Amino acid sequence: MFDIDKWQEIFSTIRKNKLRTILTGFSVAWGIFMLIILLGSGYGLENGVKREFTGDAVNYLSINAGITSMPYKGLSPGRRLRFTNEERKELGSLEGVDKSSGRSAVWANNTLSYKNEYGNFDIFAVSPDYKYVESLIILNGRYLNKIDEDDYRKVVVLGRLVDEALFKGEDPLGKYIKVSGVPFKVIGTFDDPGGDRDLTRIYIPLSTAQRVFNMGNYVGSILLNLGDADVEESLEMIEVIKQDLSEKMKFDPTDPRAIFVYNSIEQYRTLMNLFSNIRLFIWIIGIGTIIAGIVGVSNIMMIVVKERTKEIGIRKSMGATPWSIISLILQESILITGFAGYIGLVMGVGLLELLSNVLPATDYFANPEVNIQVAVYATLLLVISGALAGFVPARKAASVKPVVALRDE
Amino acid sequence: MITLKNLHKSYEVGQNKLHVLKGFDLSIEKGELVSIMGSSGSGKSTLLNIIGLLDTYDEGELILDGDLIRNYSDSKQRNLNERKAAHLRNATIGFVFQSFNLISFKNAKENVALPLYYQGVGRKKRNRMAMEFLEKMGLEEWAEHLPNELSGGQKQRIAIARALISKPKIILADEPTGALDSSTSMEVMDLFKEINQSGITVIIVTHENDISRETERIIRLKDGLIEKNIKNGFHKSPAEKPKILQTA
Repeated sequence: MFDIDKWQEIFSTIRKNKLRTILTGFSVAWGIFMLIILLGSGYGLENGVKREFTGDAVNYLSINAGITSMPYKGLSPGRRLRFTNEERKELGSLEGVDKSSGRSAVWANNTLSYKNEYGNFDIFAVSPDYKYVESLIILNGRYLNKIDEDDYRKVVVLGRLVDEALFKGEDPLGKYIKVSGVPFKVIGTFDDPGGDRDLTRIYIPLSTAQRVFNMGNYVGSILLNLGDADVEESLEMIEVIKQDLSEKMKFDPTDPRAIFVYNSIEQYRTLMNLFSNIRLFIWIIGIGTIIAGIVGVSNIMMIVVKERTKEIGIRKSMGATPWSIISLILQESILITGFAGYIGLVMGVGLLELLSNVLPATDYFANPEVNIQVAVYATLLLVISGALAGFVPARKAASVKPVVALRDE
Repeated sequence: MITLKNLHKSYEVGQNKLHVLKGFDLSIEKGELVSIMGSSGSGKSTLLNIIGLLDTYDEGELILDGDLIRNYSDSKQRNLNERKAAHLRNATIGFVFQSFNLISFKNAKENVALPLYYQGVGRKKRNRMAMEFLEKMGLEEWAEHLPNELSGGQKQRIAIARALISKPKIILADEPTGALDSSTSMEVMDLFKEINQSGITVIIVTHENDISRETERIIRLKDGLIEKNIKNGFHKSPAEKPKILQTA
């Protein structure tokens, strides 16, 4: 395989046919370049959307109350349903529910202030276990805990951007900010991989909010973490929840508008399926492009073999075995595809690197890149395709009778 | 050395079948210098190609150096036979062609060394041996030249050096002087005689009487059969021949 003479011979034919070799190489390089760009972009898309998801757990149900649209047990439709602490407890005690929490948005005057700094931010009143829904990273201090809730403490956890806006680098812990005019003590700050929208938020205890902002015992949404339930189990759980709530809150369990459930488990699976389909699609297109390149190389190798028929005849009359002829041509083909493909690979990866450095990461596109595994696959694909492109012409060349080959002019 | 029994060979030319060799019987001893003559189309080149395993035959038997050569176009054992044929061509037979058949992008030395490459001889040894053989041909100054920089006689001597370098038992020459002028032809012919005197069987296909006159036996073909098989005037048994050109 690593025979200096053979390589010298390969290089001498390549040198004699520069343009042909360059054109062939280009078609392969282009194929690989496109494959890498496609795969990289697909990966970037996936990264972007996955990043959205890493902001949240993927095993929770978010249940919101709506307005009934069907009459039930003598009650007319059009009734507005609202959850209370009672429903939350009830659902939290269902079998299969790992953690439960409530969340209400505070729609008062949303102005937050610290000294002379003001800002409008989302105020979320949540129970301590809400941290299992949003995958928060506590930067400073701590998150809300059960004592905060039980004692109706006026404490607040700030999103990183809120902290930056109000405190401008000052240590916020232990300071008081005004939430709609009511002073709350800052006990922590958090980061959230889910993106900026989740960082312009503050969290206060739900129990405190119900008292301070006159929300009665109402709860906006109920969030249930289902442990490691799969999609089917989550769908069953939703049925159980509907039945349960329908009895408590008096609505038709088949009413589509009475309650709304966001099923993150199902969403996540749908998305993952989508991505595996996209990946498959990209590979099909990419491989198609490469096949076009292979056909090109094959074509060129056919011509090469045709041109060298007489030489092959001479070699055979000198005692060249069929295999030595095949390997001569195969190696040239693998060399061209391998080298050109490598250039395509490097250029593709280079462009992706450039893109990921220049383009800001958005919600739907982040870090386009190809991992080492894909690069290895692509390289493997190259070698195989090079061999494939050369094999048919090579075998043809090797099987020509020497006398026929020698007659060729 | 070479025995042919009832050998048949035909080509398909369009719709027709051209029967070139029609039950050919021939025996050539070790150390003979034989010329094969005949008009064009008489089958002389075909005969040489079959003996040299460059072509296949349809029926009959070919025994080469004690080896029964099966018809290697037989698809069943084709690969095996191809390998065996390649090996025999490499070790037993040396070819000299009318059009020289040197590889155009290789210089004289590389061309001469080529059969050794297929014998698996190392690069240095190969080049050294090629130089030795070029020296014997008086061509050492031309070792680095490409074939198109050489004259016909020089090219043919390079081709002969290439045929000899693998120390074959048989040299097959197909119109070796066909592209040469008469004085060069005679030089080449002297070379063949020298080679033959070292004990190598030489078979020359030619249509020139000047050439065939120099051989020990003239086989004249007509329409795919032997018309005449003449022992030429000057012939000694191979054992009596002086050894001039030592290739060993």
